[in-house]
Amino acid sequence: MKASVIVFPGSNCDRDVAVSLAAASGTSPRMVWHAETDLPKSDLIVLPGGFSFGDYLRAGAMGARSPIMRAVIDAAHAGTPVLGICNGFQLLTETGLLPGALMRNAALKFVCRDVFLRVTQPDSLFTARYVQDQVIRVPVAHHDGNYFADAETVARLEGDGCVAFRYCDGAGSVGGAANPNGSINDIAGVFDPARRILGLMPHPERLADPALGGTDGQPMFASLVECLS
Amino acid sequence: MKARIHITLKNGVLDPQGKAIETTLSHLGFAGVGDVRQGKYIELELDETDREKAHATVDAMCSQLLANTVIENYAIEIE
Repeated sequence: MKASVIVFPGSNCDRDVAVSLAAASGTSPRMVWHAETDLPKSDLIVLPGGFSFGDYLRAGAMGARSPIMRAVIDAAHAGTPVLGICNGFQLLTETGLLPGALMRNAALKFVCRDVFLRVTQPDSLFTARYVQDQVIRVPVAHHDGNYFADAETVARLEGDGCVAFRYCDGAGSVGGAANPNGSINDIAGVFDPARRILGLMPHPERLADPALGGTDGQPMFASLVECLS
Repeated sequence: MKARIHITLKNGVLDPQGKAIETTLSHLGFAGVGDVRQGKYIELELDETDREKAHATVDAMCSQLLANTVIENYAIEIE
């Protein structure tokens, strides 16, 4: 699997996700600087976590208009899978590749801790190694992770099976205090209608190796390798 | 020409920052304050001298970058 990781000024999880991809696939991804205009032929594009352009104006606003993003958007429209983690999710909504927006956390605080997620949609390139309603532990670290979309869009996401993950507690009970940021319908990650684009706020790459204290994020990378190799 | 742009959250979009400001205003003793909404203000200078063209250009800037029209409205003043 040939993956490309797009690197912006202010990305800080680009190398973490590169390690996870290399461990799962045996091949190091290409790191592509945001100012490039040509994207190498890729089986997967990853928009990593971080704070591209210091979150100026809105999280992801500047990065979404970086030169490389034209090629990323074209590739996505042509069917290349795209994974956006944290800032990558914000970038995906700012480009319009995914609907909705990531707003300031409801409690106004930066949230940095492990959360539990319920796998809502295991039928995708990204989630094939998980099972329906599986509960996984993955860290979040964000200030703007409060997913919002209008009622019509949320109904479409729900109806089309485009909600990938929801925040839950360790027992799998969704919502309430387990929702760290106020996201509508406790949504932690969403797919495009073809389920070839995934954006999520939690960081699977941060718990994808036993040395990091957990491996619940690893199946996402294994799924991608299995489906795209 | 100078353009002044006000960006505000659409109705129906929750504004936790506005809510926090409202609560703090009440802590300071300002009674009778409701529906506080926080927005952004941007001003910029344009070489353009035609008011209509300037407005059209700033409108394009707003829809392409300055505002996220999923959640925000914007209003433009040109002078």
